[in-house]
Amino acid sequence: MYLYKFGKMIFHKYANPTRFLKLASTIQPWAAAATIGFLLAGLYFALLSSPGDYQQGETVRIMYIHVPAAWMAMFCYTAMAAAAAVGLIWKHPVAELAARATAPIGACFTFLALFTGSLWGKPMWGTWWVWDARLTSVLILFFLYLGYMALSNAFDDPARGSKASSILALVGFVNVPIIKFSVDWWNTLHQPASVIKMDGPAIHASMLIPLILMAFAFKAFYIWVMLMRIRGEINEGKIRALRLRQVHGGPPSRTTILEKTTEGAR
Amino acid sequence: MNTFISIVRRDLQLAMRQGMDSVMVVAFFILAVMLFPFGVGPEANILARIAAGVIWVAALLSSMLSLERLFQIDYEDGSLELLALQPCALEITVMAKITAHWLTTGLPLLIATPLLAVFMSLPSDGFWALLFTLAIGTPSLSLIGAIGAALILGSRRGGVLLSLLVLPLYIPVLIFGVSAVDGAISGLPIKAHLLIMAGLLVAALPLCPWAGAGAIKQALET
Repeated sequence: MYLYKFGKMIFHKYANPTRFLKLASTIQPWAAAATIGFLLAGLYFALLSSPGDYQQGETVRIMYIHVPAAWMAMFCYTAMAAAAAVGLIWKHPVAELAARATAPIGACFTFLALFTGSLWGKPMWGTWWVWDARLTSVLILFFLYLGYMALSNAFDDPARGSKASSILALVGFVNVPIIKFSVDWWNTLHQPASVIKMDGPAIHASMLIPLILMAFAFKAFYIWVMLMRIRGEINEGKIRALRLRQVHGGPPSRTTILEKTTEGAR
Repeated sequence: MNTFISIVRRDLQLAMRQGMDSVMVVAFFILAVMLFPFGVGPEANILARIAAGVIWVAALLSSMLSLERLFQIDYEDGSLELLALQPCALEITVMAKITAHWLTTGLPLLIATPLLAVFMSLPSDGFWALLFTLAIGTPSLSLIGAIGAALILGSRRGGVLLSLLVLPLYIPVLIFGVSAVDGAISGLPIKAHLLIMAGLLVAALPLCPWAGAGAIKQALET
C-alpha cells in the first residue's frame, strides 16, 4: 500500500502528456547528439583502432554490433515489462505509451542480434544457425515482441490493446532470466558471459572500449527513438480526438482534446 | 469450492450437449500425427526416432485448437459477465474453466496417445514416459493457454493471434516433455526432466489463473 502511494507520488508528475512532451523535447536532442557521438567514437575504435582477435581474426568486429544489440534486446524487454507494470498498477497513461513505443525498437535490436550472430556463426561455428539454448531463447524473445505488437494493434479501441498487451509483456518476462542464464544452465555452443563478471571483465581493454562505446550509443539511440515514438503516439491520440470531434460536430476545444488524449492513452 | 465444481460441471455439460468438441480435438490429433508417415516415409526406425516429438507437437497444437472458444463464447453471449459478478474471486472461475478445458481436451488426448504410439512405432521404453509427461504437461498447456484465450477477447483476429501469443510460451513444456521421452528411450534417468515439468505446472497453477482473471477483468471493463 505504501509502495503504491510512493509510486503514485513519483509517477504522478509525468502522467500529464503535455508536461511529459515538454520534458521529452528537452531530452531528445541530447539523446540524439549522444547517439551520434558515441556511435562515431565506437565505430572508430571498433573498425579501425582495435586489434583483430588471435583466433577469430577480423570477424571479431561483428561482436561490437552483436553484443550491444543483444544487451539492448533484453534491456528493451525489461523496460517494456516495467513500463507495462507501471501502466497497469498506477494506470499511468504515458507508461503505457512507453511500453508500446519500446516494443518495435526491442524487436529490431533482437533481430539485429540474431542476424549478426548468424553472420558471425557461419565462419566461426561453420553454420548459420544452431538450436542452442541461448539462440532459441532469443528467438522466442523475438516472437514475444511480435506477439506483443500484434496484440496491442488487434483491438478497435487502442486502450484495450495496450492493457491486454501489458499483461502479455509481464507474462513473457519469464523469458528474460532464461536468456540470461541459458549459457550457465545448459552446456551450449554460445559462450558464457565475459564482460559482466564478479572478477572483472575477461576481455582486453582494446576490445572493451569499443564494446562499451557502442553499448552507450545503442542506449542513447533507444532513448532518442523511444521519445520520438511516444510523441508520435500522443499526437496520434490528439488527431483521433480531433477527428471524433469533427464527426460529432462542434469546434474542438483544447481541454477535450487533452482529455481524449489521456483517455486514448489509457 | 461449490462454485468451482458447478462451473466445471456446467462447462462439461455444455461440451457434451453442444457437440463433438472433444471428438474433433482427438480427430485432429490423430490426423496430424498420421500425416508424418506420409510426409517422411513409412520406415519404422525413422518414425520411432521422431515419434515422441511428433506426438508432443500434435498434442500441443490440438490443445490450442479449442482454446479460442474457452472464454470467447461466454464473452459473446454475456454469461462471462455474470460469472464475473459472482461473489467469489474471478480466479476461481478461470481455474474452473481451465479444469473443464483440460478434461475435454487434455484427457481425451492422453487416452488417444497409446494408439498413436503404436502408429509411430514408439520404442516401448518411452511409452510410459510419454504418457506421464503428457499427463503433467497438458495441464500446463491449458493453464498457459488460458492467458492467451483471455487476452484475445474482443480482438479482431482471434485465432491466429492466439497462436502467436501462446506458442512461444509453450516451448519450455515441449522441450522438457520430449527430452524426457528421448531420455527414457536411450535409458537415461529422466527424473530431472519430470521434476522440471512438475515445477512448471506448480508455478503455472497459481500464476496463470491470476493473469487470466486480470485479462478478463480488463476485457469486461470496456
